[in-house]
Amino acid sequence: MLQDKDRIFTNLYGWQGADLKSAQARGDWSGTKDLMAKGHDWIIEEVKTSELRGRGGAGFPTGMKWSFMPKESKDGRPNYLVINADESEPGTCKDRDIIRHEPHKIVEGALLASYAMRAHACYIYIRGEFYMEAMALQKAIDEAYAAGLIGKNASGSGWDFDLYLHRGAGAYICGEETALLNSLEGKKGQPRNKPPFPAGAGLYACPTTVNNIETIAVVPEILRRGGAWFASIGPEKNRGTKVFCISGHVNNPCNVEEALGVPLKDLIEKHAGGVRGGWDNLLAIIPGGSSTRLLPRDVCDTITMDFDALRGAWSGLGTAGVIVMDKSTDVVYAIARLARFYWHESCGQCTPCREGTGWMYRIMQRMVKGEANIEEIDMLLDIGSEIEGHTICAHGDASAWPIQGLIKHFRPEMEKRILEYRKRLVA
Amino acid sequence: MSHACHKHFEQPKEFKFSAENMKHIEQFIAKYPKGKQQSAIMPLLDLAQRQHDNWIPEAAMEEIARILDVPRIRVFEVATFYTMYNLAPRGKHHLQFCTTTPCWLRGSADVVSACEKHLGIKLGETTEDGMFTITDVECLGACVNAPVVQRNGDEYYEDLTPENVVKVLEDLKAGKTLEHGSKGGRNKSMSAAGTTTLVEQAGKSGIPVATDAAKGKK
Repeated sequence: MLQDKDRIFTNLYGWQGADLKSAQARGDWSGTKDLMAKGHDWIIEEVKTSELRGRGGAGFPTGMKWSFMPKESKDGRPNYLVINADESEPGTCKDRDIIRHEPHKIVEGALLASYAMRAHACYIYIRGEFYMEAMALQKAIDEAYAAGLIGKNASGSGWDFDLYLHRGAGAYICGEETALLNSLEGKKGQPRNKPPFPAGAGLYACPTTVNNIETIAVVPEILRRGGAWFASIGPEKNRGTKVFCISGHVNNPCNVEEALGVPLKDLIEKHAGGVRGGWDNLLAIIPGGSSTRLLPRDVCDTITMDFDALRGAWSGLGTAGVIVMDKSTDVVYAIARLARFYWHESCGQCTPCREGTGWMYRIMQRMVKGEANIEEIDMLLDIGSEIEGHTICAHGDASAWPIQGLIKHFRPEMEKRILEYRKRLVA
Repeated sequence: MSHACHKHFEQPKEFKFSAENMKHIEQFIAKYPKGKQQSAIMPLLDLAQRQHDNWIPEAAMEEIARILDVPRIRVFEVATFYTMYNLAPRGKHHLQFCTTTPCWLRGSADVVSACEKHLGIKLGETTEDGMFTITDVECLGACVNAPVVQRNGDEYYEDLTPENVVKVLEDLKAGKTLEHGSKGGRNKSMSAAGTTTLVEQAGKSGIPVATDAAKGKK
């Protein structure tokens, strides 16, 4: 388990102020100029040393992503950093706490990351529903400007840096990086075909890196304590700390910062008061937000919470939004409700996703009642495989995964329901 | 009792931003590079909605297109793509209940039923007096404080129960100013049993620390 001395978000719960003075008392903005004086490439190397992987779900190595950005502009196009705070994955509410209680970690991280990638401007895209959070973050940005920490000659580094906040307006798909860029450009949030990748042509067709806001918020601490410190936490290739969100059927739902690789059972019992009715009352857990396939009870007993262990269990760490379901749960409804989510949030651009998510949702609604044919269970898998890999972005894939998890682990329950429905019809 | 979206309503012929909002508009446009003022469509739609009783009339979209010098279709397609823009009138308090799986696991269905019963309307409807519109929405991103409702796109009320949500309705109707956040009396997203981490900081801030018993193994 992670020790308090290694926690980055010491104000995760907002016990102290989010203002600049309180943030500085917690160590934010200390020696920022000195860190920048070590150079663009030093920052990128240090982040590579830390083995930090993106905290938004895909887990791509951050330092490597940064190194894709052009080091000089040959045609006058500027580099941009865009920070993804469109947190909308069901089960996930980690960014919300970082934004409202630790906004200066974000502002300082934005400066350091932008400097590393030679960007003079950075946009933070925050989901529209996070209005109070956007106000808190804007306040931190204003404070940083007023104190000379960002703006012209940011923090006395000689580097000019502007930071802007852009609010979304209710669209899960804008968490997909190219949909986010379109939204930021004032368009419908529909994903773009790749290539070109954002590092080549992103925001306003300029080289752009899109990072999750938690990724950016841990950067200042990594640079201050050293990449080696971060890399000393967690298992190989899954280094560092992570904010986990534990929701659903636990005694005390909460957010908590833990080490990657923490056993799932420990995470729930030490921090969330255990499963409602005890561990033996556990049915299944969705470990990393709605897009990750659920884990049956026996896997939950021993699984550790990191990218590779969860991938090995045919699921994923995703956003680390842990959704716990006890034995009272109608697991078919739980997944059918997610099917509605993916149908509702499909941007409508690609036919397989636009139509397929609706087909799956409608079949799932009947599965809840058992009003279906046994063959339709396999038809669900079939539709999923017709969507997967046939769309511009991963929304289509993500819509298929929760249903695949349900069928793999709860097919007998689905069949039983169908047979019982038939019995009732006959009776 | 009528459906919020089906009720007949008049589109105003004209829409002008207030002088104060025109200043905000300048600030919004300045956030984006020269020639990229299309980026300001979203903040301007939000501004129009705030100025115009929580919904955006077509005249406002036309005005935004004029101010930003973009074709009208650019504004229309954005306004119709995102769910937070209301294109028809809503009640004074537009309550949007999250019913996605994490909220549902914590009883959002009972919370919604309690509201429907108390107000005498169904999801998607507005009360006769125009005080409340209730709808369900997808994940609001406050899952450890489920179930959650959002009011007018601005503030969350969290840790709801069928009982405390009725209190929320009564307080709103009485015109009381409500604190946003937990209605279950807990500290943000911290465990209700007290913190399990950051023990030293907790001591300094007078925050209760979870006992071993509360940490689990009930």
